[in-house]
Amino acid sequence: MLMQTAEKTLDEILTLAAAHFKVPREKLSPDDDFFKALGIDSLQTLDLLTKLENHFHVELPDYELQGVTDFRTLASKIQARL
Amino acid sequence: MHLVTEGVAASVEQFQGQTLSWGVSSGVIELALHRTPCNELGSLSLTELEQFVSALEQLAKTAHALIIHSELKSGFCAGADLRELYQRSQEMESSAALRGVRDFLERIHRALNQIDASPLTTIAAVHGVTFGGGLELALVCDLIIADKTARFAFPELRLGLIPGFGGIPRLKRDIGNAVVRDLLLTGRSFNATKAQQVGLVSQVVAEGEALRAARVTAAQIGKFDRPTSVAAKQFIKPVPHDELRREIDIFCELFSRPAVQAGLKKFVESTAPQPYLP
Repeated sequence: MLMQTAEKTLDEILTLAAAHFKVPREKLSPDDDFFKALGIDSLQTLDLLTKLENHFHVELPDYELQGVTDFRTLASKIQARL
Repeated sequence: MHLVTEGVAASVEQFQGQTLSWGVSSGVIELALHRTPCNELGSLSLTELEQFVSALEQLAKTAHALIIHSELKSGFCAGADLRELYQRSQEMESSAALRGVRDFLERIHRALNQIDASPLTTIAAVHGVTFGGGLELALVCDLIIADKTARFAFPELRLGLIPGFGGIPRLKRDIGNAVVRDLLLTGRSFNATKAQQVGLVSQVVAEGEALRAARVTAAQIGKFDRPTSVAAKQFIKPVPHDELRREIDIFCELFSRPAVQAGLKKFVESTAPQPYLP
């Protein structure tokens, strides 16, 4: 099985987030603040966390994502658990 | 038989309240939570829960199962109403606030203990946020069926408190102590898949399917001889009364510290994306 690349992980996060929160994919960039770009509150942040865990089949302890605001850093956290 | 209520349609078989409702169909009681934003458990929720528990003994004579679920998209239940708790504790002297907290805990423990020990087979059908008191409500049930959006957490330590609605004794009863420590001491949340892996959840279903799966399960449960099911439940699911009493005492000891008021204030005023973390 091929190892998932960091670029592919980032791309999948952007696609997933755009589809789930109904934001045009082309409006999202890796360095965007995803809270602002997606317009999500605390409950929706949990929803995003669940979607990411289910999609990548990883566990993301909430505290590891504390302070993470951009898609690129989020991707690196997920990549470290693949 | 009719319940004494104000401004709501009420009977033993059917009730429409401001925070919850119930009805009975084919021997299955369905208790639906519907207090926005996410079924926070405050004084009105408790009063209506007590009304439900008062009706439960009568309902159990003809029903075989109970399903507890949420009608809100946001989730099953986000736990205790911390805004109400903070506001009330600000309005009174600390000794009066502590008495109020102890009274609330005694009342919710009585209600949850009765659901826990009910002869009915009980199912929590959960989705989305199932945190703190919400997880504690689910834990009184015999089975938890979760859809893929469900998340479980005990975030109480961030407030300088422990779970107060029976969470630790009941989680210890059901799953390994190591998992209890992980949830409690880190404040992290589990998704439904992880919760099933550790034995907390019996079934994981697709988004929006928890109630349907619970109804199918309840119908299956109805095929068994009731006295046998009741005897089996009494044998395998003892209510941990001593630990539950101790939990109330520890909670009240912790609540009287200034750090708790600071933690509540921080939570109430927080705009952080993860307000359940310290």
